[in-house]
Amino acid sequence: MPYLKKNFGIVPLDFVKAGEISIQVHGLLKTIGFEAALIRRVSVCAYESEMNVVMHGGDGTLSLSVDSDSIVLEVRDEGPGIENIDLALKEGYSTATEEIREMGFGAGMGLPNIQKNADAFEIHSEKGRGTHLKMSFNVKSRRE
Amino acid sequence: MKLSEIKEILKATVVVGEEKLDISIKAGAGSDLMSDLLRGQTEEVVLLSGLNTLQVIRTAVIAGVSAVVLVRDKTPDQAMIDQAREHGMPLLTTPFTMFTACGRLFRQGLRGVERKARQ
Repeated sequence: MPYLKKNFGIVPLDFVKAGEISIQVHGLLKTIGFEAALIRRVSVCAYESEMNVVMHGGDGTLSLSVDSDSIVLEVRDEGPGIENIDLALKEGYSTATEEIREMGFGAGMGLPNIQKNADAFEIHSEKGRGTHLKMSFNVKSRRE
Repeated sequence: MKLSEIKEILKATVVVGEEKLDISIKAGAGSDLMSDLLRGQTEEVVLLSGLNTLQVIRTAVIAGVSAVVLVRDKTPDQAMIDQAREHGMPLLTTPFTMFTACGRLFRQGLRGVERKARQ
């Protein structure tokens, strides 16, 4: 049974709000009292995936669920989807616009960084039908 | 190195966090690429950036950096100041360029965040 479950709506292309949800996730995990390294890994994944939804458009949701063993983040969007997932997981591959790059994002590091920080990672995407990311983190055994 | 020393070396102005000048900083990072910060080591790190957007503060909070310095006299807007204050993130500005600011700190002994030093 999750002892915390929270859903957030992500507004596409709203660059002023971009990142607010992840800041809230960071705050919630801090309040619960997880160790700093775990909070950082979860928040980085939340932030990278939130930015992906904001940048590439399409309504999205981020859900956070926490129980005694794990923290799970799920991010779904109705954006353009990813044509080639293998390519998107390669460092440096990016389809971001100039506007996104000016904000310091869009370097093609998002998905690879999520993969690095999550203990388990699933991605499902289809061109024109959006993307679904699931990231899990073990609470008890640290990976590093 | 204390944040107060960084303030002196960079002839910086403190916008947020006057009460936190006593914190200890172990390394420095200079970047306008937020993705880079989300990848590397960021504990007890001062971030120097030429980017004055809300994302810099949010990235700093999430990455866990200890303080942010805007280079080349970049002025933070009110939203950025409010965000920094809300999260207790010290925010300073320096008249120096990124290159010079990093060089001044390095000369005084502050090092980068590389895991393996290449001396």
